[in-house]
Amino acid sequence: MKITAEEIKVFLKNVVTMIEEEKDYLCELDRKLGDGDHGVTMSIGWQAVNEKLEGDLKEEQDCGKISIVTGRTFLSAVGSSVGPLYATGFMRGAKAFQGKSELSGEDLKDFWIAFIEGIKERGKAEVGDKTMIDTLQPALESLQSNFGKSNDFLSAFESVVQAAEKGMESTKDILSKRGRSSRLGERSLGTIDPGAASSFMILKTFLTTIKSAQVA
Amino acid sequence: MKKLINNPTKVVEEMIEGYVKAYPNHVRQLTENERALVTAKETREGKVGVLIGGGSGHEPAFIGYVGDGMADGVAVGNIFASPPPDPILEATKVIDKGEGVIYVYGNYAGDVMNFGMAAELADLESGIRVGSVLVTDDVASAPKEEKEKRRGIAGEFFVTKAAGAAADKGYNLDDVVRVAQKANDYTRTMGVGLTPCSLPQTGKPSFVLAENEMEIGLGHHGEPGIEKGDLQPADQVVDRLVHDILMDMPIDSGEKVAVLVNGLGSTTNMELYIMFRRVEQILSEKGIEIHRSYVGSYSTSLEMGGASVTITKLDEELAAFIDHPADCPMYVQK
Repeated sequence: MKITAEEIKVFLKNVVTMIEEEKDYLCELDRKLGDGDHGVTMSIGWQAVNEKLEGDLKEEQDCGKISIVTGRTFLSAVGSSVGPLYATGFMRGAKAFQGKSELSGEDLKDFWIAFIEGIKERGKAEVGDKTMIDTLQPALESLQSNFGKSNDFLSAFESVVQAAEKGMESTKDILSKRGRSSRLGERSLGTIDPGAASSFMILKTFLTTIKSAQVA
Repeated sequence: MKKLINNPTKVVEEMIEGYVKAYPNHVRQLTENERALVTAKETREGKVGVLIGGGSGHEPAFIGYVGDGMADGVAVGNIFASPPPDPILEATKVIDKGEGVIYVYGNYAGDVMNFGMAAELADLESGIRVGSVLVTDDVASAPKEEKEKRRGIAGEFFVTKAAGAAADKGYNLDDVVRVAQKANDYTRTMGVGLTPCSLPQTGKPSFVLAENEMEIGLGHHGEPGIEKGDLQPADQVVDRLVHDILMDMPIDSGEKVAVLVNGLGSTTNMELYIMFRRVEQILSEKGIEIHRSYVGSYSTSLEMGGASVTITKLDEELAAFIDHPADCPMYVQK
């Protein structure tokens, strides 16, 4: 499979749109666990990325640069905890894309592995802490094992999204241990972690984007 | 909830603009980054720089504490969100006078990552030494055995005060860090929430409390506390708050303390004085000497209703720093 720089930009655009649609839902989840602003924070960051997509990145064909600019822009716009986490993800992932205007399945696999490893390193959270890592770690493991078996990125990523969804759902049943919501104790039970939800949505958006790119 | 704003997405920019225009003799905005403010006065060569910062919505914290004897720079985040590394880094470069910079900020996951990244960049890009003290005064936010996980709330005022005074007196970076760390170790805060605040972008209350309810230990961003119950008279609430502080940090008769009774936004000074009255009764009964007291809204959560009590134990060194003069737009001490 081949994914072009334009399609990477379509993916980022699709995330922008998706976050606007899910903004209220993400805030609602966060009101139960934190200060209720996760949707707003994600929106501020992705709107800033959108401005770059329509500006500096409009003609950019280097997928590595697109990823670096996305990470830095998101970070500068939001700060917060998601800023450094996603920025680290996009900047680490950028190495797999460096100098490339067309990406193979191997590149995409390397990107997501570096992306998730970067977030893990920056946030130091583990599975069971009720964070985005509960979504991303199963996704990482699924990608490593499924891509290794088939070398078919699209079908591997289908499994990744399924594993991520299960991971996200699992946050309902765990007590918060990290971030601001860690002081909630049992009151955090029953609610999906907003960071786990938005990271799942981003992976899902990537899947739908590359699927429609294949059809086209 | 009703707010006097123009555009919810522009509140931080417009607030900074107004603040800088209101206090041009105290602060200036950096052209390199509009979320970085520094003292308008030229600081001495060789003085350790003091940098504070955090999310917006806590005014007068943190912007209000840039001035003589306090902080030299501040990085301003979005509402209740840590600033990114850029404004922290830009302010660091300006306030470094060759002796390094201390970062004083509340212990929140986002702040730790962003200030941590900025400290690394300051070292890598500009060779500036940075020391950090994370404020962890909120007793309710984690048990004593895990007190390094506690978040920072109103007590940050005293930690900033100690760092600012030590830097002003010419201490080197290691000593400023030591003093600020000691101030943090000697500081405890307990709060109570009565009514929620709402973020300008969502307009919705950040948590729900019934008309007759209060919540002990409620966080500065609406994070749920440790106990909800019927609203009690001020004396009983203060008894509980001071009791929890003294259980966590015993103070002997004859020791000196600084006290801050802090309003969270919409609680009146009248209520805060009523609360302080009780704090004073309890401490004087125990023979604890109040060396200096502060009553008012020093660190708020937008229009949240409620208050906190902060007690800092003072040894000779800290007492001198608490007495050190300060001249900030939102806080003057002679």
